[in-house]
Amino acid sequence: MTGLHELLLLCVVLTNFWVLGTTRLSSTIRATAIQGMLLALLPIALHPSWSAHTLGLAGGTFLVKTVILPSFLAWAIREAAVRREIEPLIGYSASLALGAAAVALSFGIAQRIPLPESDSTLLIPVALSTVMVGLLVLTTRNKALSQVVGYLVLENGIFVFGLSQVERVPFLVELGVLLDIFVGIFIMGIVVFHINRAFDSLDSTRLTELKD
Amino acid sequence: MQLLPLILLPAVASGAAYLVRSVRLRSTILVGTAAVHLGLVARLWGEPGIAPGAWLAIDPLGLLVLSLVSVLFLVVAVYAVGFLRREPPRGGRVFVTGLLGFLAAATLVAVSHHLALLWVGMETTTLSLAPLVYHRHDRRSLEAVWKYLLLSSVGIALALLGTFFLAAAQTWGHPLLLEDLVAGATSLHPSLLRTAFIFLLVGYGTKMGLAPLHAWKPDTYGEAPSLVAGLMAGGLTSCAFLGVARITEVTIAAGLATFVQPLLLAFGVVSLVVAAAFMIGQGDLKRLLAYSSVEHMGLLVLGLGLGGVGPYGTVLHLVNNALTKGVVFLAVGNVVLATGSASADQAKGILRRLPVSGVLLLLGLFAVTGSPPFGLFLSEFTILNAALAQGHTWIALVVVALLAIIFVGMASVVLEVVYAPADNPAPAVRESLLLVGGPALLLAAVLVLGLYVPVPLHAMIAAAAQGLGVAAP
Repeated sequence: MTGLHELLLLCVVLTNFWVLGTTRLSSTIRATAIQGMLLALLPIALHPSWSAHTLGLAGGTFLVKTVILPSFLAWAIREAAVRREIEPLIGYSASLALGAAAVALSFGIAQRIPLPESDSTLLIPVALSTVMVGLLVLTTRNKALSQVVGYLVLENGIFVFGLSQVERVPFLVELGVLLDIFVGIFIMGIVVFHINRAFDSLDSTRLTELKD
Repeated sequence: MQLLPLILLPAVASGAAYLVRSVRLRSTILVGTAAVHLGLVARLWGEPGIAPGAWLAIDPLGLLVLSLVSVLFLVVAVYAVGFLRREPPRGGRVFVTGLLGFLAAATLVAVSHHLALLWVGMETTTLSLAPLVYHRHDRRSLEAVWKYLLLSSVGIALALLGTFFLAAAQTWGHPLLLEDLVAGATSLHPSLLRTAFIFLLVGYGTKMGLAPLHAWKPDTYGEAPSLVAGLMAGGLTSCAFLGVARITEVTIAAGLATFVQPLLLAFGVVSLVVAAAFMIGQGDLKRLLAYSSVEHMGLLVLGLGLGGVGPYGTVLHLVNNALTKGVVFLAVGNVVLATGSASADQAKGILRRLPVSGVLLLLGLFAVTGSPPFGLFLSEFTILNAALAQGHTWIALVVVALLAIIFVGMASVVLEVVYAPADNPAPAVRESLLLVGGPALLLAAVLVLGLYVPVPLHAMIAAAAQGLGVAAP
């Protein structure tokens, strides 16, 4: 089983690039669903002891990140009838290049921080680069829905980081964390839907009435 | 004394309020829960104590935050009954459910001694108030709730990352348990602890609304109903401050005070500068108060960063700030109910039209700008005293200058709203006791705290400040 989690982690990085490089919103949602599935498999691959704790975490993650949230987001874009991110602040090739830079930077940082007893040398760099990609999508995409996807990727990165502490941070708390992420994205999705109704667009750059 | 019922009571009441159809019954649930909650919290003052290893425990600082939230919530709950009568209760059901959900989450934050559990509570406070920001269901409130959700969620996500870094730094004791973190502080991995501190400060600092992380605050406070904004400015920010205070306590216990204090000082001074700059010429009362909140959050971390008597001043300031914010936001809420706007151009001659709210707003102005004899004067004076005693003369001078600018900025708007003749004068209206009684009581409390601090409160504040200062080398 040694190679499996490294393979999964590499796939997480690939889904990051998928989110960065695609124009179709439905495709970015599919990417987050697949990323959610990889995240659900990771605890089992890292701790192949089949304890109730690991299985519960994997099941909960699968349910929230692969089934419920993506279908909810897909419903939101169907209702709002938006298809594409039109003009991101930074072009697609440039954001892919920045994504690559984020991966390189993360490996550099991960070597500097002396993390004790990490299960996999890839875990921390992949976590950090996923966090950075999430922040990148959040700040450079205009569509409100893309920003929700960015937030989801950011949370996924933190989840991967949290896996290095999975034996120390108790189960109940992880469930609470998962639930909060779920409710957060859910409320954001509803807001996205209302933005569409009120502004006839999902473009958050139109949200500029409030200023000093 | 079990702490769990204190969280479960408002949580269950929140669900019940959603199911009930009668408006009267829902109001009874809201005010009744708030009153029982305050009664239970008052009983805790007799027996604070920490059971070793417990996730839920009550310590002096947590008890103070809990009491502030509970007092403010009771006032806001009574006010909400009057507010929902006047404002057609489109979201009456969601409104009360959200308020009670906030009380449950804020209680969880105040009594959590497990830092991941504290994070869960903090995220829940953010989410429970989001539907209330969108109360008016128009474009402007939609924009406000979007900014509030997105920026707060990113902040809170970074705080979660910080919490995981803290867990990674720990080599001894129960993971993420506050007492064990403090007791074993010297065994924490220093560079991981530093990273954790930065992420947690930025994360919870976003929720406090420290500049430059405050972008959501003016929009949210400006668009949310005043009572919700008041609950945020007095209650939500106090909870977020508790998060910052907890990690500060751990980091200082680890002997990293020289790393922590300059960061806190920088956030404090920048917040004051930004608040002063944006208050000049601000024509909207609620946005003005939002920048005033940025100012007071800045003062809180400033006192924390100074050491000496600074932390005592900070905790005293926390108490005064929460109570005063209740006064001013609810008084402005009455202005909005009467004139339909918080804009200084449209709301004039308030003293004639709303005599009681006008006086509350006027006295609230002096209280919130830290004028004697109100409580905030005493706490700001203590913080300045700490700056001078610790040799930060320049910081003291800059802060005094900024506070003067802030006073002028606020006074010029508020005095016009209170005194200037209205363009189309309307007769004075009788003000409902529901809408002015609570803020008047809070104002009286702030006045008393400016004249003397009762002995039990002083002892509790001193005990709370103890862990936040630097222990003698």
